[in-house]
Amino acid sequence: MYQLGNLVKDLSDKHGRTRESLLPILQGIVEKHNYLTDEAMVEVAKELDISAAEVYGTASFYTFLDTQERGKYVIRVCKTITCSMKGKIEILETLEDMLKIKAGETTSDKQFTLLETNCIGWCHKAPAMLINEIPYTELTPEKVVEIIKGYMQKK
Amino acid sequence: MKNKGLNKVDLIFEKINAEEVLKKAWEMSNQSIIQQILDSGLKGRGGAGFPTGLKWKYTAAIDEPEKYVVCNADEGEPGTFKDREILDKVVYKVYGGMAIAGKAIGAKKGIVYLRGEYRFLLSQLYKELEAFHKMIKEIGYDFEISYRLGSGAYICGEESALFESIEGRRGEPRNKPPYPTTSGVFEKPTSINNVETLVTAMMIITHGPESYSQLGTKDSRGSKVFSVSGDTPIPGIFELELGMTVQEFVNEFGDGDTKAVQVGGASGFCVPRKKFQDTIIGFEGVPTGGSMKLFNSSRSMYNVLHNYLDFFAEESCGQCTPCRVGCQQLLRGVEKVKKGEIHSNYLNELLKLADTMKVASKCGLGQSVGNAFRTIVENFREEIIY
Repeated sequence: MYQLGNLVKDLSDKHGRTRESLLPILQGIVEKHNYLTDEAMVEVAKELDISAAEVYGTASFYTFLDTQERGKYVIRVCKTITCSMKGKIEILETLEDMLKIKAGETTSDKQFTLLETNCIGWCHKAPAMLINEIPYTELTPEKVVEIIKGYMQKK
Repeated sequence: MKNKGLNKVDLIFEKINAEEVLKKAWEMSNQSIIQQILDSGLKGRGGAGFPTGLKWKYTAAIDEPEKYVVCNADEGEPGTFKDREILDKVVYKVYGGMAIAGKAIGAKKGIVYLRGEYRFLLSQLYKELEAFHKMIKEIGYDFEISYRLGSGAYICGEESALFESIEGRRGEPRNKPPYPTTSGVFEKPTSINNVETLVTAMMIITHGPESYSQLGTKDSRGSKVFSVSGDTPIPGIFELELGMTVQEFVNEFGDGDTKAVQVGGASGFCVPRKKFQDTIIGFEGVPTGGSMKLFNSSRSMYNVLHNYLDFFAEESCGQCTPCRVGCQQLLRGVEKVKKGEIHSNYLNELLKLADTMKVASKCGLGQSVGNAFRTIVENFREEIIY
């Protein structure tokens, strides 16, 4: 759980309070905190004067607008055909070993969430993954270890 | 018919003086801009292939002060990555194409809908947008472009789902008609074009429609940017003249052991080796939004099909029953056949289901699941069963 502070108000000031502002506001919250709490969605509903069910209904449609708790770094490994042909399984296993979690889980220190995702548009440099918004391509298990070590040191 | 062979083209990434071209377009009448696009024979480069000139003409014909140009940059088809490269390398030509479209149809607002997976590009794209706005204002254009981001939903590449998403709702496709040209985003007349289409339109204004329409074939004019991946020694992005056969494509990009090419991504068609020679890549044969995946004989086509069905089962928006239930049943069905839990004749039932989805689904997603399903099952039946 995170403290919302003035985030929803600030985002509503920036994007407006009409229905079309809903996605940019939700995206703004996710950009900062990586997922949407119930509290955040209720706050957005109040701010835009729509029902919380509308907010949840919209958010839950979009894969990147997570309504479950996520870590500080969300790792999304591409599982679509080319990445899967070019060694996605080894990449995923390396991440699972390093982080001691399975795909779909978050580390207990809330630093990393490991997910699989559909095609992210790097098939010519497969296998690929996103960490938050940053793409990493032409992955090997060794490369993955280095990348994750870098993030661990960032903490 | 004599085919054209494989010819490389440099149009999309060609460096041009955008300001000069935009000045030229500014001096042209709206009708003559649209006429040039019509004469060029350009069809939409996102995959569906609707003639771009007609789209502009229909939108222009509507008498309404508020219209939109929407750039569809929700590139989600598995195996397609050319729009990312175009945005990264020549976004000024995307903006240019939008401004020209805006002038031609009478729209003052443009929206780029960028998939969330490409958010890392955004700060650079904004920087170039600022300079672009300044430049076109000096020429005289009254046109402003803004960005909207997707959030990881393949279906939002479908035009009406994309509008719903811009409007702040679930990305569920609308019923058609009305078509976007009369009622698009915010229920206003909208010309929605793919990233590459907009760049191509600008290049047609740059060089004239004649030179463009000399490229390609009668049904598939011009050139196209292909995203090549899979079992190939040279994966990447290549602009090629339309009209080559799959065989000619494989001669250039294959690894010597290509057994199948998936043309057009998960929603496209699988072409097996025995049909390479007779299949033209284009609207007269197998159309593609650019995705070209090569598979060599070490690959299991069951795994390919399973991967695609798993993709569709996840990405179906769930709004209409044929697609929601159909995708899941196709996936479960091939799993059962593979495990030997059900007789292989069951594949025939699944083919009928895929046909039903084609007729009964609300949008292009459900309608095209059967393309890959049928072409893989029919050509590689033994790999699905054993």
